[in-house]
Amino acid sequence: MSAEATTTETPEIDRQTMEVDIACAGFGPATGGFLSTLTNAWTENPADPAFESRVAPGMPLQVLCYERADDISSGVSGVVTQGRAIRASFPNLDPAEIPMAVPVKSERVMYLLDPIGASRRSAVLRLADKLLRLAGPLVGVKDHAFTLPWTPAFLNKHGGLVLSIGQFNQWIGTHLMATGLVQIWPGSPVAGPLFSGNKVEGLRLADQGVDKSGAPTDGFMAGMDVKALLTVVGDGPVGAVGQAIDDKLGLPAGHAHREWALGMKFVIELPDDSNLANSPLQPGTVWHSFGYPEPEIFGFLYVHPERLVSVGIFVPSWMHDPSRTVYRYLQHYIQHPALWKYLKDGTLRSWGAKSLEESGRHGEPFLTGDGYARIGEGSGSTNMLTGSGVDEAWATGAQLGEAVIELLRAGKPFTQENLAATYEARRRASWVERGAQEAENARNGFQDGLVKGMIGMALAGLTGGKLSLHTHIPPAHKQIRPFAANSCDALKLKDAAKLAIADGRSFHDALLSVRGWPEIPFDGRLLVTQQDALLLGGKVQAMPGFADHVVFRNPELCIACGEKTCIAMCSGQALTQGENGQPAFEREKCIHCGACLWNCGQSPDGKHSNIEFRAGSGGLHSAEN
Amino acid sequence: MANILHIVVCAGIVPDPLQTLEPITGPTGPGLKNEMVLPAVLDPWAASALYEAAALAAKNPGSKLWLVSLGPKAKLQQVMMTVAQKVAFELVPIDGPIGGFPDAHSTAAVLADTIEAIPGLDCTKCLLFGGWESATRGAGVTLQLVGERLGITDQFQGVDQIDLRDDGSFEVLERVEGGKHQVSVCAGAPAVLGWATGNLAEPRNNPQVGMANMRTIMPALAKAKVAKLDPNGLSYISVSLPKQQRTTRVVKDMTPDQIAAELVEWIGAE
Repeated sequence: MSAEATTTETPEIDRQTMEVDIACAGFGPATGGFLSTLTNAWTENPADPAFESRVAPGMPLQVLCYERADDISSGVSGVVTQGRAIRASFPNLDPAEIPMAVPVKSERVMYLLDPIGASRRSAVLRLADKLLRLAGPLVGVKDHAFTLPWTPAFLNKHGGLVLSIGQFNQWIGTHLMATGLVQIWPGSPVAGPLFSGNKVEGLRLADQGVDKSGAPTDGFMAGMDVKALLTVVGDGPVGAVGQAIDDKLGLPAGHAHREWALGMKFVIELPDDSNLANSPLQPGTVWHSFGYPEPEIFGFLYVHPERLVSVGIFVPSWMHDPSRTVYRYLQHYIQHPALWKYLKDGTLRSWGAKSLEESGRHGEPFLTGDGYARIGEGSGSTNMLTGSGVDEAWATGAQLGEAVIELLRAGKPFTQENLAATYEARRRASWVERGAQEAENARNGFQDGLVKGMIGMALAGLTGGKLSLHTHIPPAHKQIRPFAANSCDALKLKDAAKLAIADGRSFHDALLSVRGWPEIPFDGRLLVTQQDALLLGGKVQAMPGFADHVVFRNPELCIACGEKTCIAMCSGQALTQGENGQPAFEREKCIHCGACLWNCGQSPDGKHSNIEFRAGSGGLHSAEN
Repeated sequence: MANILHIVVCAGIVPDPLQTLEPITGPTGPGLKNEMVLPAVLDPWAASALYEAAALAAKNPGSKLWLVSLGPKAKLQQVMMTVAQKVAFELVPIDGPIGGFPDAHSTAAVLADTIEAIPGLDCTKCLLFGGWESATRGAGVTLQLVGERLGITDQFQGVDQIDLRDDGSFEVLERVEGGKHQVSVCAGAPAVLGWATGNLAEPRNNPQVGMANMRTIMPALAKAKVAKLDPNGLSYISVSLPKQQRTTRVVKDMTPDQIAAELVEWIGAE
């Protein structure tokens, strides 16, 4: 049976092929959970005939995992997780074994007032701020921050872990490969799935030795076809394999990928001074915040061991303003008095960003099909009520692992029916599904602003999802509102354009200055330019010989676009204003956050945005993320 | 006529040089902060040696290529997942400490002992490759010491090219002052070649090469012998990194001449 690829690459090229039992796309917590479940079972009984390869009889199961990044430790996320599923896989888990990991010791939720006066706050919010300021110390307002007297149960991560996903991935990967059962190949982007009809028969790796457009050049090496009995899709929310399957097979009725956020964070080393012992920033401290620098932007601060702090923000797609200048907003965030008093003498060690698929169950794809299964964030597992994704992703991977072992032992093939009866059934019966149901509509109110959003979230959180607000959530590209045309805003746009031209900076950055945000006082240590941040604590890897992975579907739409939010939101400034009004893409700066995919306000077909995010090699290479 | 070569490449692993590197002094001496946490890469000069060795072995059928590497087993395994996709080799791992501060004589002794014990290695055919420098530190003597312990007296450093002749002799280009090369002719193996950058591009990741390598790499890692390096009385008075200064400015409309003049002025000031 011949296989066809859904990639843009030339199908006529002779390609190497390889047959394996299980091929995985992407190495993150979900794939970690899947592979750990397999290896744990195999290690208990290596003679178990279920683990004999079907494609290479006499050999152990052939399990391969392909990861785009140049190192398995290049995951970008400092997280707090309840870690239930992780602990279930490793009952004797000692966090001290994992660098930068520590048990959660204290939690706090803060509403941050605007000490500058530049934040785009609604009248209701301004009134609330005024009342809080008047009440002042009586209600605990300190350093322009109001700390909630308790942490809502649905946000509580008590008993959980503060982790660096980069370090966690490295720890898991080392354990997995040491078993000898699985191989994890970094630096190997997967171009797409191999389809035969609607059946997925494996993965096609990206071509190498090509120019920006993908045309062969010197040293061309066609991406290999990896034929697999089971393809495990764990390549995240912007992965090429998941996208291709969604495109070909569609999503379940009523489902869509409409809600997104970009998480960007700094890893900061706190100063080594004697006062640290009295600081509230002890290892295991977790702070959540909302209200600043814009009402739509949520923030976090997690304290790791060794005086390291992950501090960052989430900029959601429901922030309708086109100037989503996330890097600059993050710099304003850390300068908020409630945080700056602890961070100001720190040193920026590294930095990173990633897109989060926040649709939850509304974005869940078909979890199983003939020859494949979806796990992790790309399978809609993230719980947007609890703000938790790693634990859920791991759990879905572990559930698939158990299902696969059951099928192997029963000698059953990886058909949609069998995978649904084993993997999907486990998932539906688990806490992941119950959480997803509770969270399903928890964030509906945010489309209409922070206040309504918080009410909706509290409603769903306090009733276990029984009550929630109803709303219509438009596609992500329609959530970006055009710049207002009223005279006051138009004047600001003109001023911003003049400032951008005079200063040689981006328009969106200039617009923030015009709106009243103070310039960033760069100090070369903690507050550095975005370009310098690209070089701090790592680097952007862009192996030569790969095609551009960010492609503009219809350049005319880009030229006509007045907002160009893709440029504002680009984490690495890889997208800049190009000639003729079309954004220019520099692969060497791209950290593969995928924000451009959903921060494009144009659509050539009403379904996709005008930016295509394909498989690419490299990305941010920083182990401390 | 092809020569059958036995090429041994000594290549350590080093923290990715562009990470945040911070020297610290721990209970066992100087090191880098969070070194086990940082992503590691094959030492860049030694990586050049490996790629050159693979090309040479491919041109001379029947030749064998071993990669001898000393470092923590878990880190070696991680780095090999990338390196193993590029060229075919047989790994000889040594499970030892991370870092670039152990005594070079101790390191050389362990490496030499390991090389001598490689089954099937014929030292009379041996070309010992490595980097002439290290991204971890610039002592640059370990390879030379390994060669001396193995009794190999023909040694070349800063090598950019080797042309093997039919009679087994070879011409070597070594870097010398003034951006030039010194040309030498060596009668043949055994010899030590400490490579500079060579002339080859980094090979592309080839999954089939990776799969083939992994059949031997994983068992070799499982059996890696543990090495403790004797400090030999070596002590460090202080350790520091070169100062790194980064000042970014946005400058428009400067001519190339103006930019060049500013760079010259800046270099002069340094």
